[in-house]
Amino acid sequence: MHSVLTRGNAILAYTLSVLAALTFCCFVSTVFIDYRTKATMNTVKVVVKNVPDYSASREKNDLGFLTFDFKHLTHLFNWNVKQLFLYLTAEYSTPTNKLNQVVLWDKIILRGENAILDFKNMNTKYYFWDDGNGLKGNPNVTLTLSWNIIPNAGLLPSIFALGQHAFRFPTEYTTSRV
Amino acid sequence: MFQSLFDDVKRMNKRQFLYQVLSFGMIVSSALMIWKGLMVVTGSESPIVVVLSGSMEPAFHRGDLLFLTNYKEEPVRVGEIVVFKVEGRDIPIVHRVLKLHEKGNGTVKFLTKGDNNSVDDRGLYAPGQLWLTKKDVVGRARGFLPYVGMVTIYMNEYPKFKYAVLACLGLYVLVHRE
Repeated sequence: MHSVLTRGNAILAYTLSVLAALTFCCFVSTVFIDYRTKATMNTVKVVVKNVPDYSASREKNDLGFLTFDFKHLTHLFNWNVKQLFLYLTAEYSTPTNKLNQVVLWDKIILRGENAILDFKNMNTKYYFWDDGNGLKGNPNVTLTLSWNIIPNAGLLPSIFALGQHAFRFPTEYTTSRV
Repeated sequence: MFQSLFDDVKRMNKRQFLYQVLSFGMIVSSALMIWKGLMVVTGSESPIVVVLSGSMEPAFHRGDLLFLTNYKEEPVRVGEIVVFKVEGRDIPIVHRVLKLHEKGNGTVKFLTKGDNNSVDDRGLYAPGQLWLTKKDVVGRARGFLPYVGMVTIYMNEYPKFKYAVLACLGLYVLVHRE
């Protein structure tokens, strides 16, 4: 009854159940927190070109260039947040596609890192290709900052910031080197 | 210790032995029922996946467990973590949606990229495929549990370990009188 095997078995079972209970508590303690805060954004330079897209179908698609600034304070960390994944989305509508969403920039912030963000005149990290030619003169392109919370254990919510910025693309293509 | 186990087996008559086999069958079939039930509830063909590569670090490491859902009423949006399978290959890939273009009739095409990769996933798709569609998606990651999936990875990489574990479990259930 008290052999090494039964003792080892009991210890292992107890360890596993305690770990499972702790993980569950970790998840349950942060499941109802509201992670929304404000962010302010602004675009500085906005141009659009029409060039062949060699990474896709080699047809000529619209390529938007823009620089932006935004300011954001991140006080969303708690014991169940391992990492925040911030991403800036441009959302717009064209005649060919009813809904287009393009991520222009993203950043990973780990727990413990400095979380105050104040960028001015930043270039986008990814190319702003459109699927077609719908960017020229597009009257309403909305920039939204969102973040994805990666917990230590639990749900993976994606939350939008309370603050958006809409801008329009110029009605002419630029031929300048940008 | 093995001698006492064998004595137990010899003392069991045919009826008790059949009873043991039946309880073993019950365990196996209830596990299968839970799995299939999860598949129905989440709408995904594989509601729990193990992260196999390090392409989403530092968010997900190899061996983490992800819970997926695949509801039709919740369309895929940019920034979400999706698990997809490329046609012709069986390994599920866990990456984040970077670009999305949706038409009015509901057809959607999107591009993904792993957080730890520097380029998007076009190199991973089937030759000639530039975008992912809804039917490639196995599900969207909704919940996360660290380290638990390492057991599956060990069992896949060291098949002898898997057979040894299964044999021990089978022997234990058949011989133990409960």
